[in-house]
Formats: sequence, structure tokens, C-alpha cells
Amino acid sequence: MASDAVAGTAVVDSVADVGALPDIARREPGGWLVPAAAALVVAALPFFVSPYGQDLVLRIAVYAIFALSLELLVGATGLVSLGHAAFLGIGAYATVLGSGSDGASLAWLLPLAVAAAAAYAVVVGALSLRTRGVYFIMVTLAFAQMAYFVVHDTKAAGGSDGIFLYAKPTLAIGSTTLVDLGNRAALYYAVLVALAFTYAFIAMLLASRFGHALAGIRVNEQRMRAAGFATTPYKLAAFVVAGALAGLAGFLLAVKDGAVNPELLSWHESGAVLLMLIFGGIGSLRGAVLGAVTFTLLKELFQSEALLGPLAPHWQLTLGLTIIAFVAALPRGLIGIGAQLRALARERAARAARNAA
Amino acid sequence: MDLATFLVQCLNAVQYGLLLFLVASGLTLIFGIMGVINLAHGSFYMLGAYLAFALAPWFGDWFVTRLVAGVALAAIFGYLLEWAFFSFLYERDHLQQVLLTYALILVFEELRSILVGNDVHGVPAPSWLGGGFRLGSLMEYPWYRVFASAACLVVALALYAVVQKTRLGMMIRAGASNRDMVRGLGVDIRRLYRIVFAGGVALAALAGMIAAPLSSVYPNMGASVLIICFVVVVIGGIGSITGALIASLLVGFVDTFGKVFFAEWSGVGIYLLMAIVLIWRPEGLMKRGF
Repeated sequence: MASDAVAGTAVVDSVADVGALPDIARREPGGWLVPAAAALVVAALPFFVSPYGQDLVLRIAVYAIFALSLELLVGATGLVSLGHAAFLGIGAYATVLGSGSDGASLAWLLPLAVAAAAAYAVVVGALSLRTRGVYFIMVTLAFAQMAYFVVHDTKAAGGSDGIFLYAKPTLAIGSTTLVDLGNRAALYYAVLVALAFTYAFIAMLLASRFGHALAGIRVNEQRMRAAGFATTPYKLAAFVVAGALAGLAGFLLAVKDGAVNPELLSWHESGAVLLMLIFGGIGSLRGAVLGAVTFTLLKELFQSEALLGPLAPHWQLTLGLTIIAFVAALPRGLIGIGAQLRALARERAARAARNAA
Repeated sequence: MDLATFLVQCLNAVQYGLLLFLVASGLTLIFGIMGVINLAHGSFYMLGAYLAFALAPWFGDWFVTRLVAGVALAAIFGYLLEWAFFSFLYERDHLQQVLLTYALILVFEELRSILVGNDVHGVPAPSWLGGGFRLGSLMEYPWYRVFASAACLVVALALYAVVQKTRLGMMIRAGASNRDMVRGLGVDIRRLYRIVFAGGVALAALAGMIAAPLSSVYPNMGASVLIICFVVVVIGGIGSITGALIASLLVGFVDTFGKVFFAEWSGVGIYLLMAIVLIWRPEGLMKRGF
């Protein structure tokens, strides 16, 4: 295993090179306490919040899973995909198409949705990873658009109107129903468990040898190859895992909404999930969740007739201008505000010291 | 499929491909020279189409004058936009470029909806290009489509001449292959950027103006063209104008004949073409050679 040892040091080296950059594998302040506390708060919310509020929390949680799945690509591996919505949409469509009119068991419907998304991710990943940089962005976008056209134009997938999910999936042993996702509370906690699972799964993945290899690829792929890593299988594995987790988000979204439509796969969704990452802060799992919260709430705010009055129908304008201001002013996202302020203060102190001398 | 139908479809494919080329060539130049990925490029196509719609009552049958006026307006708009917005993108990474230009699309679409509304509008073709010529016993091919192909072809040749034969073209080619060296040789790179960007906007807007009488003008018309142009650029090779021309025509043929033979699955054709090119030549048909 000599080559492994060499490779290991190379990874450590290259991570040290970029000490100033946020590193996803590094422990964040508070460790597991912060996400665990947040999960407890969200778990307690149904006792205090209206059904509308609960629905909003559910939507945010599903988008948080979606954003976390993309974080594995963008933040951890450095692959900017502009076609991630395809996997969300395929997961959602597989759920509805697989369920039929009588409903289906959670035990196989969920794996079906995840597997469908992962299967498309294998194909798209194998092709798009032959390119890099801006090519990769365009190719992932193009393949997502292909999936969009398939569900939009074929009758089997319901065309531009989409399809309804007639019966929500259940999990039963014999005649006793253990989980019925048609039940509001059951769905709420199922989504919460899925979010916690996704968060923990990606965190553990990133702390593993696999995650360190991805970090090495992000920082300096040439060096990783020189150190003896076949980098393409690693990138493909990350792409497929990200696609599968997006499929999980799609499953939950289809069950929550009770319907799917082609817009789930549209490039607006792919752009939105990238925005969530940059709003929250790339390179941090908390950032991905925070970004999903921020983006969903901002969109809700801009579309709210009650709060913004005549501006509400023109929410795209306010959202667009907000995005421009946000990306220009806070390139490290909300989670990076602290670091950005500290850097600013350091700069100011250095300047003061120079002036004094 | 009889011969006349086949010929009509071929003409349609060429016409569509040439129209795509006008949009894609600007996109590939802007990326090749400035390194900016511009999602809002499709919005310039939409801008052109809506300019054609807005200018139509003013110019009537003076169609060519209308095109020239629209292209001039679009070029001025592009010049100002580069100065006010895009010049701040060059130092940022691709992800930020994607998001900032994505936000720009939202802004453009909403401004379009405020200014013109969300209805579909037809744009009249000039009366002197009405009618068509007979092809076989049943088919008639409209003169306007012939004009559209011819106009695109003229612009494509002019573009080729500018890039290959002029001093500006030399700087563009040099800028695409080595930006820093061009800067080091004392070329005012910021002015070059501004000109190339304005040119790209003008080309996309011209395509939109020519397409408007064929497709009418409608919301979000820029987005679909943009993604097809990405496919064209990936197939042709980034920064290559010849590649963009070959790829545009290929995409035009695959899309047109896909619609004839596989109605329901026709949307998939050009993406399969892209997949084949990616397997065969991941860097595009023409790798960096104009």
C-alpha cells in the first residue's frame, strides 16, 4: 500500500496549501451540537406552528436535502453542475410513475426513486466528466434539459401538465401499517429524518478517505493523479451519490406535493439550488442548509402580496437584483460573514500598524 | 417522404442552423476571449425579437433598415452592459459568473414582462418578401425563409472576413489563444473586450430580429435558444467559429429531421448528438482553431 501512503501525504499537503479557503472536511465550530440542536427545534415546531408554516418548513427541509446533495459536488469536489434538477425531477417522476393508482409500499418505492436518479447520474456523469470547467457546466445543463424534454413531450410522463400521485406510499408489515406518509405528522418527521440522515451521511463521507480524496481533487487534480489516484472514478462516485440523494429529495417532494410537473427538472431549479449553496456559503454543510432556508424564505417574501404589495407580481426582478447584490457583496455566503469580517478587521489593523510605524 | 418534402426539410434545417450560428458564434467568442460564461446570452436573442416587434410600426416595409437600426441599438446596449456589469465578472470564478448572469436573466425577463407584457405577439414579414416559390407539385417554400438563410450566410461570411482578414480579427484570434500575451503586447484589452461583447450582443439580437416573423415573440424565448447554443458550442469546440458553424448546421439537421421522424422523442436528438461527440472528441470538433 505504498502508493496509498504517498497519496495520503499529498492530500494533506494540498489541503494545507489552501489553509485560508473554507474546507468542508474541517470541523465547524460547535461540532455536532449545532445541527443536533437545530434538528430538535425543528422537531418541536409542529406543536407551535400553523399548517401553512409546517408546509413551509417541509419545503425548506426537502430543498435542504437537495442543496446538501449538490454541495457534495460543488463544495467538496469542485464540480459546478448546472443540471442537478434533473435528478430531483427523475426521483419525483419515478415515485409517481412507480406508485400507480393504488399506492405502493415505501419499502420499494423509495429505493426505486433513488435508483432511477442514480442510474441517470451514472450516464450523465460518465459523459460530462470527460469535460471540465465551463464545458462541464454546459454539458450538465444540456443533459438536464434532455430529461426535461422527455417528461415534457411524452404522453407517458403526463406532458406539460405533469401527473398526480393518487395514493401516498405506506410501510406495512402484514396488516399493520407502520408508516403512512399520507398522514401529515408522519410525513413531517419522515422528511426530518431524511434530512438528518443526508446531513450525517455526507458529513461522514467527507471525513472518510473518500472525502479527503475529493478534497484533493478539488484543490489540485493534477497532483492527485500524479500521486497515483485515478481521479475519474472518484468524481463519478461523487456525482452518482449526489444524484441519488437528489433523487431522495425528489421522492419526498413528490409525496409532499402529491403531484409532479416538468418544471421540477427545469434549469431554473438547477440555478436555484446553486444559489442556495452560494447564499449559505460553499464549502460548508451548514451553509447548504442555511442557504436553502434563506433562498426559500426570500422567494416567499418577494412573492408575498401582503408584504410587498404591487411589487409581488414582479418578484423575479427583486429576486434577481438581490442575487446580484448578494453574490457581489458576500461571495462566501452567510456562513462566511464572520471570516469576511475578521479578514477586514485584520486588514484594517495591519494598515493602522503601518500608518503608526 | 418524397423529394420535394425532403428538400423543404433540408432548407428548413439549413435556415435553423444558420440562425443558431449567429447566436452561438457570439457566445463562443465571448467565452473564448473573455473567459466569461454568459447565461444571459439568450436574453439578447429575445431582445432582438422584441426590438423587431417594437420597431415594426415605425419602419413598415423598410425591413433592412429596421434590421440595421435594431442591430445598432443592440450593439450600443451591449457596449453599455459590458461597461456596467460584465467587466466586473472577469476576475470571478465560473460559479459566480453563472449565478450573476442567471440573476440577469430574471431581471431581463421581468423587465420584458413590465414593458411589453406576457402575451405572444406576431411580427409581420415585409410584404415584398411575401409568398414563396413552388417546389414540386404541392409544396411552396416561403421567400422570407430564403431571405433569412441568405442574410445569416452573409453575416457569417462577414464575420469570417473580419476575424481572418482584419487587424481587429487578428487581435480577437490572439486574445482567444493567449489573453495575457496580448495584454503584454500593449493591446487595450478592455476596449477589445467591449467591442467583442457588443458584437456578440448584436449578432444574437440580429438572429432574434430575423427569427421574429417566423417564430413570433413570446416570454422565455431566450432560454431555449441559449441551451441549444450551449450544445452547439460544446459540439463545435469553445472559442472556434468554424466549429460553431459546423455544429450549428449539424444541430439544425438533427433537430429538423428528428421532428419529422420521431415526433414525441425529437427533443432528445441533439443531446444524443452531443453525447456522441463527447465520447468521440471531448474537446469538440474543432479544438481552438478558428
